[in-house]
Amino acid sequence: MLTLRLYMLQRITALLMAPLVLGHIGVMIYAVQGGLSAAEILGRTQGSVFWFSFYGLFVLAVSVHAAIGLRTILHEVTGLSGRLLMFFTWGTALGLSVLGMRAILAVTFLTRGVS
Amino acid sequence: MNEVEKTRPVSVWRGEGEVGQFETYDVPAYDNQTVLDVVSHIQHYIDPSLSYRFACRVGMCGSCAMMVNGEPRWTCRTHVNKVAGQDVLEIAPLRILPVIKDLATNMDPFFDKWVKAEAVHHSSASRDEEMMVVLPDDAERKKADAGIECINCAVCYAACDTVAGNADYLGPAALQRAWTLYNDARDAGKQTILEAVSGAGGCHNCHAQGGCSHYCPNELNPMQAIAGLKQATTRAMLKGKL
Amino acid sequence: MIRPHRRHPLFLAFLLHRTSGILLALFLPVHFWVLSLALTDAAAFDGFIRFTDLAVVKLAEGLLIFLLAVHIFGGLRLMALEWLPWTAMQKQLAAGAIALSCFVSATFFLQVI
Repeated sequence: MLTLRLYMLQRITALLMAPLVLGHIGVMIYAVQGGLSAAEILGRTQGSVFWFSFYGLFVLAVSVHAAIGLRTILHEVTGLSGRLLMFFTWGTALGLSVLGMRAILAVTFLTRGVS
Repeated sequence: MNEVEKTRPVSVWRGEGEVGQFETYDVPAYDNQTVLDVVSHIQHYIDPSLSYRFACRVGMCGSCAMMVNGEPRWTCRTHVNKVAGQDVLEIAPLRILPVIKDLATNMDPFFDKWVKAEAVHHSSASRDEEMMVVLPDDAERKKADAGIECINCAVCYAACDTVAGNADYLGPAALQRAWTLYNDARDAGKQTILEAVSGAGGCHNCHAQGGCSHYCPNELNPMQAIAGLKQATTRAMLKGKL
Repeated sequence: MIRPHRRHPLFLAFLLHRTSGILLALFLPVHFWVLSLALTDAAAFDGFIRFTDLAVVKLAEGLLIFLLAVHIFGGLRLMALEWLPWTAMQKQLAAGAIALSCFVSATFFLQVI
């Protein structure tokens, strides 16, 4: 059920995320060396405008990308269409972006300190 | 007494509309035998009520397309030994299309989508004007030529799971045909074609599963044609034309 | 048991792409929720991080990275198919994407284990 517009949104967010994903994987490979700890993670992310922007963009892009992807699968597998499909799509996009931004804020600007 | 003929069991879909079941027939087994031979034998000698389609029986018209052991094929060009061996041969009507009776499907949805994709010639001149010169080694002409041998047999349509899951999806044959016209220098409807393939059932639904190109008996490449349409529509959108 | 008309390489590439997408989409909310614990329950957050010391969790992380890598490299192959000049080497590219994903996830796993 992808029109040209939805297709373009899907592809543009994909391209946007390509460097972000590769960066994320690289960061993970680096970060897990010597074990993980909350203090180590927060030590790097707290107060960081860079990580806020990096992951902020990532979250917004993935919310759109995943919502459209799941929409396509839902339609092809169950035949769902019309308003219900639209609610599902928007719900997924909003849900992921709210949860995601909350998570980013939790580790950048709103952390209440940790052991 | 002549030698006892070897036979093999063949399972054939029988029924009308959505109701039906597989029935088994014992058919003489020969070393060289096509699936169409088998179907014809059943209708001639065992059960004259079996309905099926064929025409040229030499792999040119595409009328005899059916599902053979779960794969869409031209039955006149499918040797039984190559697809069944010792296993049961299972013959069913083409997937996805509504069944009329037994092995004959209703091809209307397939042809309707061909028209819906604007895969029809949009005139740019009349007989009163000079004929346009179109050179065969022109780059655009080559793109068109890659798809014009499509005989609309619906094998690619039946192979595609996106067609199965998305009732609006125009399908590989219609989209490939639209692409051949998009690249036809004489066609005046390029914008119309791009718009027709950009809707809810348009080319952007293709997941590149590749069943179409894998099964096309003419060895055409609808997947490549659809990729071409995606590129053309993307370019048009970025230029504000779509 | 894969249906007969689906038994060819590019369909398997599609299946891998779709499956990895679904699993990643299911994982994301969990991932976000755990990270938000840094805000609401710092002790639980720290507990979750220590959880990652377990070998089985490290294996799961490796698998997740494999899913992510396979999804992005497969996706890039698709975008190249769509927007770059056509190449007939689709099966080879699909195999290459999977190989690259194995390499990336193995690198991660070997670092973390």
